[in-house]
Amino acid sequence: MIEICALTKSFGPKQVLRGVDLVVPSGKSTVIIGGSGTGKSVLLKCILGLVHPDGGKITLDGQDVTKGEREAFLTRFGMLFQGGALFDSLPVWQNVAFRLLRGSLARPKDEAREIAIEKLRRVGLGADVADLFPAELSGGMQKRVGLARAIAADPEIIFFDEPTTGLDPIMAGVINELIREIVTEMGATAITITHDMTSVRAIADRVAMIHAGKIRWEGPIAELDTTPDPYIQQFIHGRAEGPIETLR
Amino acid sequence: MNSASLTAPLASLGRATLGLMAAAGRLAMFAGSAISHLFRPPFYIAEFWRACLNIGWLSLPVVGLTALFTGAALALQIYAGSARFSAEQVVPSITAIGMVRELGPVLGGLMVAARVTSSIAAEIGTMKVTEQIDALTTLSTDPMKYLTVPRMLAATLCVPVLVGIGDIIGIMGGWMLGTSRLGFNSTTYLKVTWDFLQFWDVGSGLVKGAAFGFIVAIMGCYYGMNSQRGAQGVGRATKSAVVAASVAILTVNYLLTEAFFSA
Repeated sequence: MIEICALTKSFGPKQVLRGVDLVVPSGKSTVIIGGSGTGKSVLLKCILGLVHPDGGKITLDGQDVTKGEREAFLTRFGMLFQGGALFDSLPVWQNVAFRLLRGSLARPKDEAREIAIEKLRRVGLGADVADLFPAELSGGMQKRVGLARAIAADPEIIFFDEPTTGLDPIMAGVINELIREIVTEMGATAITITHDMTSVRAIADRVAMIHAGKIRWEGPIAELDTTPDPYIQQFIHGRAEGPIETLR
Repeated sequence: MNSASLTAPLASLGRATLGLMAAAGRLAMFAGSAISHLFRPPFYIAEFWRACLNIGWLSLPVVGLTALFTGAALALQIYAGSARFSAEQVVPSITAIGMVRELGPVLGGLMVAARVTSSIAAEIGTMKVTEQIDALTTLSTDPMKYLTVPRMLAATLCVPVLVGIGDIIGIMGGWMLGTSRLGFNSTTYLKVTWDFLQFWDVGSGLVKGAAFGFIVAIMGCYYGMNSQRGAQGVGRATKSAVVAASVAILTVNYLLTEAFFSA
């Protein structure tokens, strides 16, 4: 279980997180929604230690994430980045098996390649893409390779940063299904950031909305449509009118 | 005129100086961190060899051509100058010492800075803005160890080799011009060169090469890692890296020359 308590973060004069409190239960898929620039990605990066928060506390199974051995901590995580963040200089299979070729999870190259090809198959890609370079793949294929990399070492916790952004609706549906399957089959704890309400409904067990640097609402997916919260209602129905200010 | 308008230029100068010192401090801390990681595992051997190929082997043509034409031009200039005192016989020795002590390392360093610093800064800057650096971290890989240390070590070891090869090619450039255009005897030219050069003439140039290699890699990595968002951010990082590396090479060259050869 990940517990986030009173988390704050500013970039210069801009205060992005103003005291975020959130509990992410183990083995569940939590989706964080919210407008652009509300700090969703910053929140994930704070959990991973990629961004240092100004205040507050994050614990994983009761342990402060800023303490303890860093590699062991990161080994528990997998992350799918918004743009894929594949390494241009490495072929696809080495991107997927990156963690399996180095560090504490290192194993023989042939075995790592086999696992990479299996993970590629798991996300619907054939062995023929294994030796291609990321630049030779379409956007949807890059997302799938990123997904294969995120699950390559069977992590306990997986983060998905806008997994369907920039994809056509069919490919977005495929990615949503894959994420749901992976979370269910692996029993992993997942946090997904998205604006896409179709994705929210396909992926989420729980939903949290971040607004003005704080968690505005959180609850089970079943309550999302029935909650009277005007912020949630404006967001999920995509209304221009409402309490969330829009620039025109 | 009030006191505020009098002190404004001083305040501006003070802010600029503080900014410069802070930037130098950050750079020094980055370099110190990179050096400290050199002695702590894990070591990425494949990355090191890849960096050697890119920095050393692939820089050979540009360094070689630069040295060849510089050696020839130097011999021609020395001939033209020494002819005024009927001292043309110094052409082989002065060309050799000019190449191995100064022009070989400095021009070699600058050419590598243009080719390699820009390449490193652009590559790492692009990795930064496309979140590949963050991805490395989430995959339990320290970007300092994986990206900076192999490049720093490869450049520090490869640039002296490039300088040494450049020295030989530069001297050959002078020899070709001397024997074909200036009427020198081939054997005599080479014998004078060989007899005149001392170990430290060559050694000092190689030490400079190692220092320049370190600068080339550190500047590329530092500016790449600190690249701002977007194509403009990467472009600015690349430009700043090359400018900073070039200025640092010329500054360090002067300081090392003072240290090695001041009376």
